[in-house]
Amino acid sequence: MATPREIAMAAEKRDIRNRWLLSAPALIIIFLAAIGPLFVMLLYSFMAKGDYGDVKFGQFSLDGWFNVFLTRDIFDDTLTFADAHLSILWRSISLSLITTVTTLFFGFPTAYFIATRPQNQRDTWLFVVTIPFWTNILIRTFAMQEVLRNEGIINSVLRAMHLIDSPIQIMFTNWAVLFGMVYVYLPLMVLPLYASMEKIDFRLVEAGYDLYATRLQVLRRIIIPLVKPGIIAGSILVFIPSLGAYVTPRVLGGGKSMMLGNLIELQFGQGRDWPLGAALSITLMVVVTLALLVYVRNASKGGGGNG
Amino acid sequence: MAIGKAAIEAVGVTKIFQSSGQDSLKALDNVSVTIGENEFFTLLGPSGCGKTTLLRLIAGFDFPTDGQILLHGQDIAPLPPFQRPVNTVFQSYALFPHMTVGQNIGFGLEMQGKPKAQVAARVEQMLRLVQMEELKNRRTSQISGGQQQRVALARALAPEPKVLLLDEPLSALDYKLRKEMQIELKRLQSETGITFIFVTHDQEEALTMSDRIAVMSKGKILQVGSPRDIYDRPAVRFVANFIGETNFLEGEVVSTAKGQAKIALDAGATIAAGLGEGATPSGRVTVVVRPEHASVVAALGKATLTGKLQNIVYFGTDTHYHVNLNGGGEFTVRHQNVHAGALAFEKGDKVGVLFGAEAARVLRD
Repeated sequence: MATPREIAMAAEKRDIRNRWLLSAPALIIIFLAAIGPLFVMLLYSFMAKGDYGDVKFGQFSLDGWFNVFLTRDIFDDTLTFADAHLSILWRSISLSLITTVTTLFFGFPTAYFIATRPQNQRDTWLFVVTIPFWTNILIRTFAMQEVLRNEGIINSVLRAMHLIDSPIQIMFTNWAVLFGMVYVYLPLMVLPLYASMEKIDFRLVEAGYDLYATRLQVLRRIIIPLVKPGIIAGSILVFIPSLGAYVTPRVLGGGKSMMLGNLIELQFGQGRDWPLGAALSITLMVVVTLALLVYVRNASKGGGGNG
Repeated sequence: MAIGKAAIEAVGVTKIFQSSGQDSLKALDNVSVTIGENEFFTLLGPSGCGKTTLLRLIAGFDFPTDGQILLHGQDIAPLPPFQRPVNTVFQSYALFPHMTVGQNIGFGLEMQGKPKAQVAARVEQMLRLVQMEELKNRRTSQISGGQQQRVALARALAPEPKVLLLDEPLSALDYKLRKEMQIELKRLQSETGITFIFVTHDQEEALTMSDRIAVMSKGKILQVGSPRDIYDRPAVRFVANFIGETNFLEGEVVSTAKGQAKIALDAGATIAAGLGEGATPSGRVTVVVRPEHASVVAALGKATLTGKLQNIVYFGTDTHYHVNLNGGGEFTVRHQNVHAGALAFEKGDKVGVLFGAEAARVLRD
């Protein structure tokens, strides 16, 4: 006969085993689909490049990482900084930051507007905001081309109003990329902002007015601290995909306004330098992680928020 | 009670809420009232009577459709809430969840641009006033409902408003805490000397705390007066019914003299009853008598009305006698149980009901 203690221990063992079995599908997906490919990338970045793409397995090489930051002159072997890569990295970061700030600027009033509608109208407004999601991003981006190109809507309107004589070159500039990214990522900012604004008790706003706070002070001291979790979430949701954006800079920026995503694609395609592509991808990931760490730490320090 | 200098005057205030496309709602209908300085004034009425709307108009959260609201004789209608020297204690407290207790209390002063040292000193003073010194650095989510109530009070009082508006502030508290806070509020009002305008649907709260009460129904003020006035001398049926229990007796006016009328009741007797100021009723009227202002007597000859004792309900502190009147109708008498022992009457007894002219009151409607 088993003692009660032994029975309890056996039950606990069974419990632990069941827990592992039940979480197995999730664990397998995490390891195979998320962490596994990252290891492959890391491995590839330390191998020599193959002649027609791919890598030479087993041949360790630092060339991939080397080429991320430095360029060796083909004639005299002198080392210089990889200006092209660094300027692309800088463009990616700055454009993503500007995109994040711009979507916040437009998304905040939009979300506030929706959150202050009567309950039965809010779903309709949210639906309107998310409609662009229903169309493929490529099609939306090409549609944006129609707006921005020299014979496009913006230029024709400006010309019709006689504000300009010759079309403004918007396509294939950073401006075009910015326009496109703000348009594509705006809903990603609006939705989390709305989610935290909806939870605000608007009597707090009244209490603010009652206690002599002007509209600006109510916004700064009450509304913004309360929607901070939404601001953080929205900024992360916009910043990360912006940094790795591929379609928008490709279609609207052309070859001149390349971003990191395009540079990486180039290495795996025409460039035939997979180790460099892998190293660039990991660089991108590190940049994103660092940016997030700095951002979240700063954001949660001031004011505290309630999230 | 004499009203001192007016703190708030509402003159012919009407508020109509336009709901989109559908029928509009008249929340306030030509309301005029004067609230004196240093007064504890209560707006009493059932939900939807317009009492909170009037409060919100004074605070500046809504604007009157018609009429004027004067603060010390000055029209404050064009001023936004943040320019009115009026503060509110909200029903839900509306404390800022991202701030500490101290920051909440100091918020109003800070927004007024007071120097930091002065704000800090005032916050300490307010914390002492509501006895919460040790909770200054707590978040508002970490304190109890009663404490939140105190913080809300301190926050609204800190900027020394001319008028403090309280929107059913005690309704979320349990019975014992509510009793405590009633006394606390009364103390704060007399200590600070600020005019309190208190909104409630609780008649007991209104009677125990107020200097004067305005009873409201359907967007109108029906009667304004001291708690005694309102309770002992209700002017209209709604006031008599809403506050306490009352016996309604129908009858015909026989004659009116100064402040009194002779009424021939349907229940048989002809009685004298008090009249409201300037009232000269005629024809059919209703007379009210509070159950505790009448007594049950055995001597039928001396009684005002006679009947049969239908039911006796014992309440501990008092006993209710339900009498079926001989002339028709029912009459309730409340006797206080002044000493222990057997009750003087039994169910089914033939009894008389006795009350004087000062206990009977002719209603306006």
